[in-house]
Amino acid sequence: MTLEPGTSAGPATVVAPSAEAVPALRARALNKRYGRVVALDNADFDLMPNEILAVIGDNGAGKSTLIKALTGAVIPDHGEIWLNGQPVAFKSPIEARNLGIETVYQNLALSPALSIADNMFLGREKRREDFFGRMFRTLDSAYMQKMARQRLTELGLLTIQNINQPVETLSGGQRQGVAVARAAAFGSRVVIMDEPTAALGVKESRKVLETILRLKERGLPIVLISHNMPHVFEVADRIHIHRLGKRIAVIEPKRHTMSDAVAIMTGAMAPPVDEAA
Amino acid sequence: MSDNASGSAAAERGLTEASQVGVASFDEMDRGPIRRAQEFLHRFPTSIPFIVLLIGIAIFSFAAPGKFLSAFNFSLILQQVTIIAILGCAQTLVILTAGIDLSVGVIMILASVVMGRTAVVYGVPVEIAFPLGLLAGFACGLVNGLIVTKLRLPPFIVTLGTWSIFGALNVWYSKSETIRQADMQETAPFLQWTGTILRPYNFFASMGLDWTFLKGWVLNYGSIVMLLVAAVIWYVLNKTAFGRHVYATGDDPDAARLAGINTDRTLIAVYALAGFICAIAAWVLIGRIGGVSPQAGQTANLDSITAVVIGGTSLFGGRGSIIGTLVGALIVGVFRNGLALSGLELLWQDFAVGVLIIVAVTIDQWIRKISS
Repeated sequence: MTLEPGTSAGPATVVAPSAEAVPALRARALNKRYGRVVALDNADFDLMPNEILAVIGDNGAGKSTLIKALTGAVIPDHGEIWLNGQPVAFKSPIEARNLGIETVYQNLALSPALSIADNMFLGREKRREDFFGRMFRTLDSAYMQKMARQRLTELGLLTIQNINQPVETLSGGQRQGVAVARAAAFGSRVVIMDEPTAALGVKESRKVLETILRLKERGLPIVLISHNMPHVFEVADRIHIHRLGKRIAVIEPKRHTMSDAVAIMTGAMAPPVDEAA
Repeated sequence: MSDNASGSAAAERGLTEASQVGVASFDEMDRGPIRRAQEFLHRFPTSIPFIVLLIGIAIFSFAAPGKFLSAFNFSLILQQVTIIAILGCAQTLVILTAGIDLSVGVIMILASVVMGRTAVVYGVPVEIAFPLGLLAGFACGLVNGLIVTKLRLPPFIVTLGTWSIFGALNVWYSKSETIRQADMQETAPFLQWTGTILRPYNFFASMGLDWTFLKGWVLNYGSIVMLLVAAVIWYVLNKTAFGRHVYATGDDPDAARLAGINTDRTLIAVYALAGFICAIAAWVLIGRIGGVSPQAGQTANLDSITAVVIGGTSLFGGRGSIIGTLVGALIVGVFRNGLALSGLELLWQDFAVGVLIIVAVTIDQWIRKISS
């Protein structure tokens, strides 16, 4: 792959998303430079409603910059982003979050000493609606605990004996579960997961993949960034392949093998043309 | 799972198997007694200072029979720890954010000088002088918070610097002059109010309750102010969103930021609030010594840190409680008082406090291992 200007609309192959559906999250020609390093080079992105889109790419391909641009953590130099068809320009992750884009960070962004319930509502605690809540900003702990338990149950994250136990007493998979449940509870439009299985053992990874599928069942579109090809091929509906700062292909796991994906990702194989829109 | 529209059969199979294994279930595993003790302490870290306090009381009841275990002696201990406990509340807030405030003592003295001198020497009505003192404390804390967040310097260095700066301002404003009790009494008795002595026995006796065990117990308003300050800070830390943010900021600032917490604003608020609490301690200090002394409270800084640490609050942030700090302050008071009554020299008090600090931090480290 050589980098020519304007390849954004060029031969990059994209699996046609179903008919006229409005993408849940869409980006065109995103650019981001850090000095002389081009992190994003006219990168495009499409996430359709109710799909699991995996994003794969070699280290340094610009995946994380792409995700950061989509979640407001990085402001692109050029390019446009649409959320459910509406143009958006995030100035901070908080802004993206307020519009319903939730991110499960690789480090989970949980506060270890705080409880499960506290973590679920961290940064958006709910106050009581009575006199005490208005006058003294008293938190509605009962409500938050109830909601936290409900969310975890909905996602099949089993019965946690004590919703008030500190997150640090949980296993890696359980912590991941709390972070995912938090994203699911508040992500009204898109949930983005950065390497959710990277730090987990085989069994716990299964559990997380199962949770991802459950989220999808609930109608949430999901972006899954992962290095783990078996996991990607197991749950993804489409796979966005990122290379040298841009999307070079979107493939369907049903029609390609893992080695194809890796070959396209590393440049050993030309992106398929047959699936172009 | 069955009506999954994406319909990847392999995934279905894999996941069904997985769910049968019952991954990530939250069951109890078999653990040894030491591990269970560690978990208990992890869950209830304040239990250690309580146990130490009870052990101390038990020891000194035998070591100094008849002297230690009396209502009068407990009143004395309470009065001795009041100021340290209030400063400890301020220090707890800061240490919970993984910071440290070396300037609490000097902020207290500066605020007491502002209150006393403005009222007594410059003749400003106490209704103005008192809020001015509170404002001075608040402003000092705000300066600490702004430097910590805007210049991104370690709190230790920042407050070491402001300790010196506020100390210099104290000398400048006070001209190193003491305000005598009599002068204070004449112009601004309100500032001495915290030293007013209450006799709970008389109070209950007036209600017809002859509770003789309360005889000899004297309480001053300063101790009540201490309890109020502690209650308010307890409430803020445990029942408000700000409190959650204080813990989260100290626990893992990056995670807190990603969760949407404005950690800089939280830190600034914490330091400013700490400064304000120091100014309240200033009011109690004036009540205790009757006047204002620019040289008072030299050891208050380290004593407040000692109370916080012995009370089980972690110097690494994110863990600890106000109740722990109150108990920590009481432990120091009980050990100092008990050792003195047992006839030991002053140096052994310092020795004991030093041992307590090291033991407290060791236990904290051990409890924290549970996270890994």
